[in-house]
Amino acid sequence: MKPAPLNKPLFTPGVLVMLALMAAGGIVIIARFIGGIGYVSNLTNARPWGLWVGIDVATGVALAAGGFTTAALAHILGRHHYEAVTRPALLTAALGYTFVVLGLIVDIGRSWAIWKPMIYWNINSVLFEVAMCVMVYLNVLYLEFFPIVAEQFKGRVNLPGIFARLNNTLETVLRVGDAILDKTMWILIILGVVLSCMHQSSLGSLMLIAPTKLHPLWYTPILPLLFLVSAIGVGYPMVVFETTLVSSSLNLDPEMSILSPLTRITTFLIGTYMLLKIGDMLFRGTYVYLLDGTHQTNSFIVEMLFGVMIPWVMLLFKRVRKSRAGIFTAATLIVGGVVLNRINVFIVGYRSPITDSTYFPAPGEILVTLGLVATLMFIYRVVVTYLPVLQSPKGAAS
Amino acid sequence: MELTRRNFFKFMGAATASAAALPSPAGAWESKAPPDPYGCLVDITRCVGCRKCEEACSKVNDLPEPERPNCQCTIFEKKRRPDHNAFTVINRYFTGRLDEFDKPLPTFTKVQCMHCQDPACVSACIVGALTKDETGSVRYDVTKCIGCRYCMVACPFEIPAYEYDNPITPRVMKCTFCYDIISKQGGVPGCAAICPTETITFGRRSDLLNVAKMRLKENPGKYIDHVYGEKEAGGTSWLYISSVPFEQVNLPVLADTPSPRLAETIQHSLFSYLWSPIALFGALGAIMFKANNHGDKPTDKSGGGK
Repeated sequence: MKPAPLNKPLFTPGVLVMLALMAAGGIVIIARFIGGIGYVSNLTNARPWGLWVGIDVATGVALAAGGFTTAALAHILGRHHYEAVTRPALLTAALGYTFVVLGLIVDIGRSWAIWKPMIYWNINSVLFEVAMCVMVYLNVLYLEFFPIVAEQFKGRVNLPGIFARLNNTLETVLRVGDAILDKTMWILIILGVVLSCMHQSSLGSLMLIAPTKLHPLWYTPILPLLFLVSAIGVGYPMVVFETTLVSSSLNLDPEMSILSPLTRITTFLIGTYMLLKIGDMLFRGTYVYLLDGTHQTNSFIVEMLFGVMIPWVMLLFKRVRKSRAGIFTAATLIVGGVVLNRINVFIVGYRSPITDSTYFPAPGEILVTLGLVATLMFIYRVVVTYLPVLQSPKGAAS
Repeated sequence: MELTRRNFFKFMGAATASAAALPSPAGAWESKAPPDPYGCLVDITRCVGCRKCEEACSKVNDLPEPERPNCQCTIFEKKRRPDHNAFTVINRYFTGRLDEFDKPLPTFTKVQCMHCQDPACVSACIVGALTKDETGSVRYDVTKCIGCRYCMVACPFEIPAYEYDNPITPRVMKCTFCYDIISKQGGVPGCAAICPTETITFGRRSDLLNVAKMRLKENPGKYIDHVYGEKEAGGTSWLYISSVPFEQVNLPVLADTPSPRLAETIQHSLFSYLWSPIALFGALGAIMFKANNHGDKPTDKSGGGK
């Protein structure tokens, strides 16, 4: 089977819901650029980072990890069997990182100055390294996606009306670009993995500069390692999660022959993560907090129990790994666990040591985040409708 | 994707050569504190809460007039923090001290940027908009700032404030240590110059440490035996001495470790001269070369797979 554009109508009820959320988020974004960040958010001097950094940036980056983990498996380790899931994972990663940048544009105070880190370098800053990696990686992802566009349109560029004069130029761009990328793709693939390892871990280093502000259950010198391992660990569950969602909502082949072995690798990766987390807790003695009943501790327990331990145990059973519902449940729990971990590190576990501040995201913050997620899903839907990303539908000739 | 032997070695050769040409990764973390910075010594026992320093600060820094400038009573009912309209504020604390009629005695404490020796904000700032100056001042350059607010996350004293109501050009706002004044001969910061009770002493940090220790020694029993800021977070340019425990007047308990040390050590040992990314690139390249040159051939040309 070859990947092919979907042969389905675009405007389904689900898509209309996405459009409504996008409109709501758009209105809040307009309000933010008229009234300021304070007008639409609950951010304060004691709470400079909230939902937008916790979800849009940190979680967005983590959940886009499917892109580099599948590329590493299929292309670098040469397990070509898994190539069927690399295209949707690549699309998710490219859209995920685009969403990270869009989220940052809303969150940073001087959005128009977002390019300045390219000129003004502070190599001591963890955030500088993250920003550089994300910027380069976003371009790497777009380039990796280019051949898919070329595959669909090469030799077939036919713009209507006055744009027709661009046909030849576009055709040349597609042909030359495709030829160059054909020779250099291996560099981009390795580069993508290297850049991902760098900034996935450094996202964890971000909080190391504020030892008094992050709850000891999460503040550990190995936070970068935990972020890296959890990102690698969440890559395949994310692929399982979205492939199952997409294939059931679009009535495609669920590809169990690929997803099932992916979850076996996941038991190993999540198991490693679990050992690191528990080992770190024992080593630093932070288990003393476990029963103090604060909302931070409870959130930590939920994260570990439902996000790590239960899905790990589930995936140990062959019966679960062979069942579509089983792997979907386990994958959803793991994805949820990593989301909660990032929320815990950047929001729940964050304490302002002097001001007594409680933070809950304002409706405006929530709407912006929902709107951005809806935009991402909508673009995904548009792209798979018109470009060869997903495997052909069940029973249809390819 | 085409990974031929020639391509691979050509690329890896270039990468290795550029890595080898550079000196070995940096060694242990070193403080970047200026050698002889200015500082201020705040003797909390002397402060009477007149708030003249707030007024002077607003004038010098072109800020709005302090909230109810002449009020020395009800203004203290709520704890205030420096914000985008005020770089310094005085707070009143009742710490359990009593006067001879058993009435609770107030303790007044000034709060402003501590101008750390190795500031977390300076290390964190993505564009280097914050710098530690030779004078000791931690300065902010708005022309570089992108508004990420990582400085605010990093600061252990919760000092940088943000203009959240400005939609396009918000600034990070904090005490400037009156840089323009103190960088000139004989200049004294606005707050220190106006203070009628000599609570704030301006001078070289090294001299101020001696003054502080002298006062502790000459007044046995009056002070807590500790100069706050001598070692906290690796040392700060502003120093405090007090007769009540510092955490009771919102000066947080902090380790002596300079704030940026852990993060910078990790970053620099991993990424000096990009040695680890280059090594990882090489290792992955070797694996890819080996894995793809026997066995099944890749069927796809895109980075996305088939």
